[in-house]
Amino acid sequence: MDFIAILSIFVLACFVGYFVVWAVTPALHTPLMAVTNAISSVIIVGALIAAAAAGIGAGSGVAKALGLVAVVLASVNIFGGFAVTARMLAMYKKKERPVAPASSK
Amino acid sequence: MHELTVSPWASLAYLVAGVCFILALRGLSSPASSQRGNRFGIIGMTIAVVTTLVTHVPLRSVAVPPGNPHDLMIDWVTVGEILAAIGVGAAIGLVTARRIAMTAMPQLVAAFHSLVGLAAVLVGVAAYLNPQAFGISDLVVPMIGQPFAVIHPVSRIELGLGVAIGAITFSGSVIAFLKLNGNMGGKPIMLPGRHVINLALLAGILGLIAYFVTEQAPWVFWTIAILSFVIGFLLIVPIGGADMPVVVSMLNSYSGWAAAAMGFTLHNSAMIITGALVGSSGAILSYIMCRAMNRSFISVIAGGFGAVADTSGGGTAIDRPWKRGSAEDAAFLMSQAEQVIIVPGYGMAVAQAQHVLREMGDKLKAEGVRVKYAIHPVAGRMPGHMNVLLAEANVPYDDVFELEDINSEFAQTDVAFVIGANDVTNPAAKTDKTSPIYGMPVLDVEKAKTVLFIKRSMGGVGYAGVDNDLFYRDNTMMLLADAKKMVEDIVKALD
Repeated sequence: MDFIAILSIFVLACFVGYFVVWAVTPALHTPLMAVTNAISSVIIVGALIAAAAAGIGAGSGVAKALGLVAVVLASVNIFGGFAVTARMLAMYKKKERPVAPASSK
Repeated sequence: MHELTVSPWASLAYLVAGVCFILALRGLSSPASSQRGNRFGIIGMTIAVVTTLVTHVPLRSVAVPPGNPHDLMIDWVTVGEILAAIGVGAAIGLVTARRIAMTAMPQLVAAFHSLVGLAAVLVGVAAYLNPQAFGISDLVVPMIGQPFAVIHPVSRIELGLGVAIGAITFSGSVIAFLKLNGNMGGKPIMLPGRHVINLALLAGILGLIAYFVTEQAPWVFWTIAILSFVIGFLLIVPIGGADMPVVVSMLNSYSGWAAAAMGFTLHNSAMIITGALVGSSGAILSYIMCRAMNRSFISVIAGGFGAVADTSGGGTAIDRPWKRGSAEDAAFLMSQAEQVIIVPGYGMAVAQAQHVLREMGDKLKAEGVRVKYAIHPVAGRMPGHMNVLLAEANVPYDDVFELEDINSEFAQTDVAFVIGANDVTNPAAKTDKTSPIYGMPVLDVEKAKTVLFIKRSMGGVGYAGVDNDLFYRDNTMMLLADAKKMVEDIVKALD
C-alpha cells in the first residue's frame, strides 16, 4: 500500500478512536486502559516477522533473537491484558432486582 | 524498488482485525456490552497473529549439490521457537492477570506499557538490522565487499519515530511503575535546569531522525535510541506520585503512537488502526484527568507539583477548632439518615477498605437508607480506579455516580461519608483564589447536613499540600482512625 493510502487509514482511525473513546463510560476507564494496552501489543506482528525472517547480512541473527524476545513481551501483554480486562469486566454487576415470587404449584 | 508483497487476503485479514479492535472499545460504552467487546478484541488479535504466522512461515535453504537451485523448506526449529516464545509470554501474562490485586492495577498497567514500549524498540532494532525481511530497503550489491541494505528514506523516519517513542514509553513507564508501586518515593525529583535539558534532548532526537534520512549510520540510530530512553526517564521523574493518572494515560497514548509508527514502517493496517485507537484513547483520558484537576497538561508534565509544600494561602499553624466523632456517632447518624453519599478516594484503596465499606452500605440499606457512591474523576491513581475497586467489592454499578451526576444531590443528603479522599472535597477550590487547587472541580460534600471524614490523624496534608477547610466546618465530624478499622467498627455499631 502506498503512503497516502496508509496515511488515510491512520487519519480516519484517529477520528474513529476519538468518537469511540468519548463514548466509553467513566466507570470503565480502567478496563479501557487495560484493553488498549492489550491491543497495542499487535506490535507482535512486527516481532513475528522479525523472528521468522531468513536474513541477509550479519545483523539477521540478532534481529531474529530480538524478534523472539519481542514476541515474549508482546504475548505477556496480549494474554495478560485481555485476561485482566475480562476479570475486571466480570465484576461489574447491577443492583439485584427483587426476585418475582414463584407461583405456587 | 523491492516491496514486500503482501497478499490481498492478508491485508483484508488485518483490516478485519482492526475493525474487531474498534468494536472492542465500542463495547466499553456500558458494562452490559463490555464483555462481548472484550471477546471481539481477542478475536481481532487472533486474526492478526494467525495471519502473520501463516504469511511469514520461517523457511530455510537446504544445501543441495552445487549447480542445483536451492530448495526451501519449512524451518521447524524456528516455528518451535516462535510458539515457545508465545507460550512463555502467555503463561506469564495469564498468571499475572489471575493473581494481581485490583488495588495494584495502576502499577500493572504501567508495567504492561513498559513491555509494549520495549517490544516496539526491539522490533525497530530488528527492522534496522534486517530491513530486507521487512521490505523497507533496497539491496545494494557492490563490486567488492558484502551486499548491504539501504533503507528507504520514508521508512527511516518511521523507524526512527517508532524506536524513539517506544523507548520513551519504556523508560517512562518503568519510572511510573516504581512510583506507583512504592519502590520510589512519590515526591517529585527535580534536577536543576531540567526543562532546558529535556528540550535539548527532544531537539536532539528529532534532529537525529532527520539526519538519519540523509545518513544511514549506525551511530545515528543508536544515539536516537539511547537519548529516547534517557528522556523518558527524565520526563517522569519530576512528576509527583498522585499525578500518575495523567502520566499513565499519557504513556498509554505514547504506546499507541509507537505501534502506529511501526505500522507505517511495515505498511500494516492492523497496527496503524490500533495505534490510532490507543493513541487517541490515552490522549483523551489525559485530557479528562487534567480537566478534572483544572491544571493544564503542560503544567502536569513540567512536573514539580505535589512537593510537600511550604505555605499555601493561609498555611500558618493556627489551631482551628474541629469536631471529633466515634464509630458509634457515625453509625447513629447514618442509620437515621434518608440518604448517605459515600465519597471514596485513594486512601480507601491503600487501606483495602472497599469490602467492609460495601458491608456498611448493605447494613444501611437494610435499615432503609438510600446509599450512593460519588466518584471524582481523579480519585485514585488511575482513571476509573475507584469504580473497579467498588465493583470488586460487589457494589452494584448503578449505585455509583460520577461527579457531574451526583454533585447537585449533596444539598439534599443527610450524610456525606468521605473515606480516603481529600483534595477533591476541599471547598477552598471554589472560594480561595490563593489555593493551589483553586478552580479544580470538587465534590460539594460540605452542602450535606453532616459530613463524616475518615483520616488517620489531623496532621498531614493532602497531595496538593493544602489543609482541607472541610475539617473545620460546623457540620463536619472527623473520624480519626485507620479507614478499614473505622468502617469495621461502624459496621459493628450498626448491628
